[in-house]
Amino acid sequence: MANEIRLVEAVRQALREEMARDESVVVYGEDVGVSGGVFRATQELQDEFPEQVYDTPLAEAAILGMGVGLGATGFTPVPEIQFASFAYQGFHQLVQHASRMRSRTRGTLGVPMTVRTPYGGGIRALELHSESFEAGFAHVPGLKTVVPSNPADAKGLLTSAIRDPDPVIFLEPTSRYRASRESVPEGDHAVPLGEAEVVREGADVTVVAWGAMLHEAMDAVEDAEADAEVIDLRTVSPMDSATILESVRKTGRCVVVHEAPRTGGLAAEIIARINDDALYHLEAPVERVTGYDVPFPMFAREEAYRPDAERIRRGIERALSA
Amino acid sequence: MVREQVAEFSVEYVQALDEEGNADEAELPDVSDDELLELYRLMRLSRRTDERAVALQRRGESGTYAPGTGQEAAQVGSAIALEPDEWMVPSFRESAAFLTRGAPVHRLLWYAMGMEEGAEVADANFPPAIPVGTQPLHAAGIGWGHEISGERKAALTYFGDGATSEGDVYEAMNVAGALDAHAVFFCQNNQWAISTPRETQTRTETLAQKAVAAGIEGVQVDGNDVLGVLSVARDALETAREGDPVFVEALTFRRSMHTTSDDPSVYRTEEQESEWEARDPIVRFEAYLRDEGLLDDDRVERITDEIEELLADEIDRAKEGRDRVVPAEMFDHVFAETPPELQRQRETFRREEGDGEVATAEEGMSGEERAAGGEVTGRGDVREDRETAEDSETSEDEEVSDRGE
Ligand SMILES: Cc1ncc(C[n+]2csc(CCOP(=O)(O)OP(=O)(O)O)c2C)c(N)n1
Repeated sequence: MANEIRLVEAVRQALREEMARDESVVVYGEDVGVSGGVFRATQELQDEFPEQVYDTPLAEAAILGMGVGLGATGFTPVPEIQFASFAYQGFHQLVQHASRMRSRTRGTLGVPMTVRTPYGGGIRALELHSESFEAGFAHVPGLKTVVPSNPADAKGLLTSAIRDPDPVIFLEPTSRYRASRESVPEGDHAVPLGEAEVVREGADVTVVAWGAMLHEAMDAVEDAEADAEVIDLRTVSPMDSATILESVRKTGRCVVVHEAPRTGGLAAEIIARINDDALYHLEAPVERVTGYDVPFPMFAREEAYRPDAERIRRGIERALSA
Repeated sequence: MVREQVAEFSVEYVQALDEEGNADEAELPDVSDDELLELYRLMRLSRRTDERAVALQRRGESGTYAPGTGQEAAQVGSAIALEPDEWMVPSFRESAAFLTRGAPVHRLLWYAMGMEEGAEVADANFPPAIPVGTQPLHAAGIGWGHEISGERKAALTYFGDGATSEGDVYEAMNVAGALDAHAVFFCQNNQWAISTPRETQTRTETLAQKAVAAGIEGVQVDGNDVLGVLSVARDALETAREGDPVFVEALTFRRSMHTTSDDPSVYRTEEQESEWEARDPIVRFEAYLRDEGLLDDDRVERITDEIEELLADEIDRAKEGRDRVVPAEMFDHVFAETPPELQRQRETFRREEGDGEVATAEEGMSGEERAAGGEVTGRGDVREDRETAEDSETSEDEEVSDRGE
């Protein structure tokens, strides 16, 4: 059975089903209870699970730091950070504690926390509500970083994240929350972490993207001359290199797309992995289509900042013409 | 065994005008008639600016806006107590404070229209701070600077009741106390942080007592009483100018939505809202001014007309600026001097997207130029007619919460 729902509803469905399945799952954060979250991702969940859904004071360090304590002692914390940029207010708890607890205690304590947070641009939001910091999270050893691009994956990946024994940051692309209704399996639906998906097969060039950019990439290859293979990375860390490498060995050309700034972005990491293991299969330098190295502009200029199908198409052309 | 009380504290509450506009002479600050009328005009201007800004957002002409409706007395009464060259350090709901400090309406609207132009600093006002509770530390820094250089000045920072839960706010008060920073921490306790009521933030009876733990003075004031606020703010600033920081809790109410993306009916009742309608800061002050013989219907009408005229001009100016946004300017102020890689990105952008200027050839070829056979191809189309106000995303169902808050 499948139902046609939007990404935000798929998130809610995963939360609902995981709370019903496992009473150690606790959903909490700013405005998640009574009002159901600023994007309504947790709407009505407090009514259904009064002992598992809580509003907290406005304090991200507390939200993430308490998650360490809860998680290490038997709970499965699934806090929401209202916008990804406000994870910085508790970033130290992720870097200094959540992500290291397992290694520094030689496996005797772990933090099975899943931090859900809206991220990315495209909704004309306020300043500091549109950033893409996945590379920063991916740079933290011991922390998994997941970005769903569609409703079914949102449910399946979130389910896996909640069941995962290690800390996960789950980045929900705001521009996709209500973008489309798609078929999502009802009942237990887990999509494994750490596995990319080939969403379109092709022979000429590999396009790697995730989250909102996956859709721009799909639009771009639609009207491209070439027969493009498109990979949805889904988990950006730990990264599924094998799927990328296999594709690049086949096509010999690659374009990596992300909304985040170019310098130090995950495209650089992907290119490094291709260099390590598939350099001699390349017929052209790997292209990057990314945001610019500027603070994410306020919304009057955000369209100019964000990669779109046109920019990606140009990237594909460059990869093909070289 | 020793068991004795080693500390005790109390918190004072101040009110000069009661809810009917009756004055307590002992608490009234020294204010001239002209100043009284200016306070009134500023509160009215702020209220009307909020209404116009919300309407612009609703018509898709502007973006998310956080109205300060109901908080005019708290902001106007405190901002006016600052000297022009003393820094005001706002959060994101301080239109009234900005207007009091002489900021033009069009600049506030530019900010709401998603333009960095709206955050340009012309006077001693910090730009809006979106991350909750971060800016009190900036005021502590400014105020510490005054202590270091021995200046008789103080900085005043605004934040909400929700912000008092953030660690940064505790650090700011504590460090200000420890280092004698010349700072006033002005908390507008408007009872709500989005959907979260004040009781959910903290168990303390007052927010003012949070000052006690930092060893600084804390005081509560009726935040809907502009004269009480002015009196308390003046005292607080005088104390701070001497190197003793003060925390002020202004009791008020967020009468409107959190922002234009919020729907308060989800989490609070109309009864709760109407309870505070009766304590409206403008109605109360107007009653006082009429009693004092400073206002009559004619005068009120004249002020109303002046405000309408001013806003009409300012909104035109805001729209004109919005329609002239040059996207390529996003590269211009990242650093004082743009590094080579960023220059390269800017030139690529100009070549591909255009902004009225044709890119010049540069040293070192980018991937794009390699692809173009080394030729710099300038499209250079002018983007001036960009429709930045287009609001297509909101047309979807579920208008509220499309942008989160
Ligand atoms: C660090 C941080 N966390 C969360 C948010 C989202 N947010 C914006 S305003 C707000 C509530 C603020 O409440 P309060 O401090 O009482 O100020 P008010 O909005 O009432 O003026 C929240 C949670 C934010 N902007 N920054």
